[in-house]
Amino acid sequence: MEDLRQLLVPLLKGTTVTLQLALASTLFGGILSFAAGIGKLSGNPLVRWLSVGYIEIFRGTSLLVQMFWLYFALPLIGIRLPPVTAGILALSLNIGAYGAEVVRGAIQAVPREQYEAAIAVNFTRRFTLWRVVLPQALVEMMPPFGNLVVQNLKDTALVSLISLSDLTFRAQNYRNLTYETVPVFTATLFIYFFLALAFMAVMRLLERWIAVRVGVAQGRARA
Amino acid sequence: MLFGVEWDTSSNLAFAVSIFPILLRGLWVTVQATVLGMAIALVLGLILALLRMVPLKIVSWPTAFFLEFVRDTPLLVQLYFLFFVLPDFGIILPAFLTGAIALGIQYSGYTAEVYRAGIEAVPRGQWEAATALNMPATLTYRHVIVPQAIPRIVPALGNYLVSMLKDTAILSAVTVLEMLNVAMLLGDRTFKYFVPLTMVGGLFLVVTLAASSLVRFLDNRLPKSGIPLR
Repeated sequence: MEDLRQLLVPLLKGTTVTLQLALASTLFGGILSFAAGIGKLSGNPLVRWLSVGYIEIFRGTSLLVQMFWLYFALPLIGIRLPPVTAGILALSLNIGAYGAEVVRGAIQAVPREQYEAAIAVNFTRRFTLWRVVLPQALVEMMPPFGNLVVQNLKDTALVSLISLSDLTFRAQNYRNLTYETVPVFTATLFIYFFLALAFMAVMRLLERWIAVRVGVAQGRARA
Repeated sequence: MLFGVEWDTSSNLAFAVSIFPILLRGLWVTVQATVLGMAIALVLGLILALLRMVPLKIVSWPTAFFLEFVRDTPLLVQLYFLFFVLPDFGIILPAFLTGAIALGIQYSGYTAEVYRAGIEAVPRGQWEAATALNMPATLTYRHVIVPQAIPRIVPALGNYLVSMLKDTAILSAVTVLEMLNVAMLLGDRTFKYFVPLTMVGGLFLVVTLAASSLVRFLDNRLPKSGIPLR
């Protein structure tokens, strides 16, 4: 019992760090997803090319390379980021690029008639985007977003390689001190697994909530 | 000096040019790890997908749990698990092999799902027609189901190949000298991280863009109606 306590206390401390990283990068990644996803469909070529460049670079290279680049390479051109900032920035930029493709795909999946109807009733482009297109696209985005949230949670483990004391880092530390490899890593894997299940459950609730909200909004419009 | 190649730190450009062949050596390890990892993922994923479909719950449920578990836990922790735990059981493998196995196991969770989805996407009517013709299940799979599932399965597997290529960078955590680790080593020796790390990013970008366009090319060339097996 005492052994278990000694094992779990550091791991749970690491878990809170992992949770904070996952939540922060999910939030920032979500914002980036919408910015770059909508930007890729923008009429302004500069915005469009910036979005495409961002998406291709961050989807085309490894997250670990991005993280090491931000942490080890940037100081050489005078930008020194603390590990937390570099970690969250790398995670957010990476997952945001994947999310942007989801946002773009969902927006393009909204039927053409919706745009035509919006033009017919003289809605502005911005109003059409926010009140007609995005609510419908959001419902489509939620299942792939659920996968990305879990992907991002798993990715947070990489911050241990830039010396942030997350769950994986604590597990490594504990192993180095005690050589009790099997219990440490088994417990660590299960903690990640339960976190992933919890994140999936929350995303599913959110998905249902959004579907109901959008459904209600449409019903009211029809009445 | 690394891999018998000297570098020149007189200018950034000279440095970049001189370390290019060294990084290519790392890239070669990256490619090897990806090929081996994918081979493991393809075979293991198929076995797991088949076990998942066995009508015995005592077989299918643990398989389903394993697949979910493998998909939902970080590759890095799975890699540490194998790297530190296998030697405890007297299995001592080179880091490269442990890395490839870890990649293979994590991605078997994805490939198994691809196989399952590909097979389930074949319309029910195909099964019914085969039954009406009195075709045994093995023949139905071989001549009806699998040929039609392949055009759906191959592009999805291709996307995971590209994704695995990027994940090989994680093997640097267990001392595998793949491209990222080579760049870090160069950085440690010269205190110039910027050039090698930026080059690694560029090389990854080139390789993954090439691999993705190859996958897209394959996807366009595959007959959607199916590929007959001889």
